[in-house]
Amino acid sequence: MSAASAKARPRAAAIDLSWPILLFVAAALCVLIVLPVSWLVYYSFTDHAGAFTFGNFLRLATDATFIDPLVTTVIIATSVGAICCLVAAPMGWLVARSDMPLKRTVRVLVMASFVTPPFLGAIAWELLAAPNSGLLNQLYSSLTGAAPGVHLFDIYSLTGLIFVIACYTFPYVFVLVANALDRIPGDLEDASSILGGNAWTTARRVTIPLVLPALLAGALVAFLQAMTLFGSPAILAIPAGFHTMTTKIWSLFQYPPKPELAAAASLPLLVLTVLLLRAEAMILGRRGYSVVGGRNSDPRLVRLGVLRWPALILCFMLLLNPVFLPYGALFNAAFSRVPSQLLSLQNFTLHNVDFVLFELSATKLALKNTFLLGVLAATIGTAFALVIAYMTARKAIPGHRALGFLATAPVAIPGIVLGVGLFLSYTRPPFVLYGTLWILLIAFITISLPSAYQQLQAALRGVHPELEDASRILGATRLQTLGRITAPLLRTGVIATWCFIFVSVIRELSAAIMLFTSETKVISVLIFDLNESGDLAAISVLGLMMLAITFTIVIAANRIPGFGGDVRLRNA
Amino acid sequence: MRNEKFSRRNLLKGSAALVFGAFASPVRAAPPEASPVTPALIEAARKEGKVAWYTSVDLPVAEKIAKTFEAKYPGITTRVERSGAERIFQRIGQEYGSRIYAVDVVNSSDAAHFIVWKRDGWLAPYVPEDIARHYSPEHRDADGMFAAWRAWLSVIGYNTTLVKPEEAPKSFADLLDPKWNGKIVKGHPSYSGTILTATYQMSRDLGWSYFEKLAKQNVLQVQSSAEPPKKLALGERAIMADGNEYNLFLLKESGQPVEIVYATEGSPLIVGPNGIFANAPNPNAARLFQSWMFTVEAQQQMIEVGGLRSLHALATEKLGRKPLKEIKLMKDDAAAVERESEEIKAHYTQIFHV
Repeated sequence: MSAASAKARPRAAAIDLSWPILLFVAAALCVLIVLPVSWLVYYSFTDHAGAFTFGNFLRLATDATFIDPLVTTVIIATSVGAICCLVAAPMGWLVARSDMPLKRTVRVLVMASFVTPPFLGAIAWELLAAPNSGLLNQLYSSLTGAAPGVHLFDIYSLTGLIFVIACYTFPYVFVLVANALDRIPGDLEDASSILGGNAWTTARRVTIPLVLPALLAGALVAFLQAMTLFGSPAILAIPAGFHTMTTKIWSLFQYPPKPELAAAASLPLLVLTVLLLRAEAMILGRRGYSVVGGRNSDPRLVRLGVLRWPALILCFMLLLNPVFLPYGALFNAAFSRVPSQLLSLQNFTLHNVDFVLFELSATKLALKNTFLLGVLAATIGTAFALVIAYMTARKAIPGHRALGFLATAPVAIPGIVLGVGLFLSYTRPPFVLYGTLWILLIAFITISLPSAYQQLQAALRGVHPELEDASRILGATRLQTLGRITAPLLRTGVIATWCFIFVSVIRELSAAIMLFTSETKVISVLIFDLNESGDLAAISVLGLMMLAITFTIVIAANRIPGFGGDVRLRNA
Repeated sequence: MRNEKFSRRNLLKGSAALVFGAFASPVRAAPPEASPVTPALIEAARKEGKVAWYTSVDLPVAEKIAKTFEAKYPGITTRVERSGAERIFQRIGQEYGSRIYAVDVVNSSDAAHFIVWKRDGWLAPYVPEDIARHYSPEHRDADGMFAAWRAWLSVIGYNTTLVKPEEAPKSFADLLDPKWNGKIVKGHPSYSGTILTATYQMSRDLGWSYFEKLAKQNVLQVQSSAEPPKKLALGERAIMADGNEYNLFLLKESGQPVEIVYATEGSPLIVGPNGIFANAPNPNAARLFQSWMFTVEAQQQMIEVGGLRSLHALATEKLGRKPLKEIKLMKDDAAAVERESEEIKAHYTQIFHV
């Protein structure tokens, strides 16, 4: 017996573990995705006593308090989609295809709006454009001498909400458009001009058709983001007296909780998301655009001439809204005695910083939880995504297609819906994870998996398989090869993915708000809490800390996640 | 005088049963005895090293009180879990539903919650000496499960730079004047226990039609009862229809342009009890905290830095603040709020759409 096992040992070490790993990964993905969605569906078809019913859907379809939020959500999502295209397309073109100065800076600033948590942006815009106390409205009335009560902006309104959501959604469209434009070979445009086409003809006949799919896809992504966003509507819509679908779902979880209705209200969001993603895949997957991707020559830059500087000014004017103004407002509120007063020597105070750091007993716990979850989610998520990406990119095992599908499936689950699903799954035996950091970890990994997977798969395509083959021929297993050859070659991609997940964990709110308990609070939830009691100064300090951590991570990575590959940051 | 001596003697003997029994309804077992703070309790609390206080009192006030306790008993960290009373109630319900026992001491601005928690057997009996001696029976539970830690009012307020005193509303009815359209801020009863309690009292005394008319005034709907005063101070709205009196005291005393109006119809009285949970993870620290919270020293601090009102017999009101007995009050009725809370929230949502 002992001889047999001793003999078997060296063989065991060399056994290729890919099959067990495939099974493990597939099982894990099922637990991450299938379990919460099943509970969601189950709950939506049961009544309070647990019997089968269509009653929940019937109530959704007939009750105005559900129909109104649905209509509002569609209005918001459509408007945001349109606005994002109008802003991002010209800006993307200027950055990718013109000789506008400071293009790099513009890209960095768009990236800054990309990583800014949307709920933080919404609170900052409260400081800027609350009808009476907003800094911009005060400026307006002091300049024009407008009567009290007359204001320029009202952020607590449908248009205000659409504006703020668009501020933090347009980068998605920008990334898609700019990347597509970057990849259009200059040859095609050169050919057009050689054949006598002027600049406008070239744009109309060559450039625009080639970039249109990316723009359409961008519009869909923006629609999706706006539809599934929770933080901004909760902060701006409720004070104005209306709900969106996400805030409605969340309110159904308030006391007395109605999980059946919440589950039923989640399903339309889920179905819509799946349909839109199918549409996006169809648009991007259509034949005839294969040229986008193969890069033959550098894109030709259009000379703007005298318009160079006005173009840049336009970009900066647009970037005032997501970056300069909100950051300024947060900074002002953090150090000013009254958040609605401009900072001066008279009202400068460190009290707010002191309060957040030394008095607020939730700060330390929330910081610790956020860091822990960020590091764990980023590490496990990256490792997980790397294994899956490797298996699908190298077609390592049969079933790799299914694996790839499962890994991207969470993209179709809005954060708040995932939160509801996970809550329903893990507050009951056998897996009682509610109240632990595990449930949040599961949520964060699930949410960031699709983009991590896509990023790493793209990176893997850049590593030639012959290096791995050499390692395999020399006797290494797949895993050893992955660890010793592939992973080091992918270092930049892996680090970028890690940072990317870390940053998305920091800004996640919609799933966390459903899953936290008093001891598992994260910073985003703490900020949301503070907003409900109107502690704007404390929020500003925490928000600036959050931004500082985010930018440190991004800069430390020395590479801007989101601008290298086809990535998608999820909603907060 | 007779009562005072009577209770003192009994307390010294370690048996307060007679005193409690004299006020309490007859159908009950002997209420728990008053417990002094002993060195053994302090030592046991220090060993636990921490206490979690779930409360709905405005965050800066809560943290100040927690810090004072920490200074008084070094080695015990206080974790303040602050949210709206209705959120706190939901949070504890959700946590207990999943067998997460994280809360030690709770303070809610919705006294009705204590009726539910007591009925469910979630509270632990504990009577600090101060409660036995200096709190009248109507302000403490006969079975020693909780006592009124703080009291305050939900009031009307206005921003003095935006509204002249002579033009300010005097009553709830005045708030329905079209001139206040778009100028009013108010809290939400699904978040705030203060607003829920006030909404109950006002709908009882003024009728729901009052709220139906108020909803047409295009109000800014915030959540916490601590936020309308802050929105007033910012100048974001000129009038607050409901919200904490204590925040307005604090803001006014720090020089902010806000003023309180006690409505001629009466101001809703809010009582915020404190109690210990039976499954408290830090039972000794919880008792020490509870004992300290009801000392005249802590109550006086609550008045000074919190703007709240104390029901401690020896506590004195702060000069410059209108004494409670001079204010016309609406009557609080926790039992009724407990019965009607769901109905009130549903009705409110129907009227105000959120």
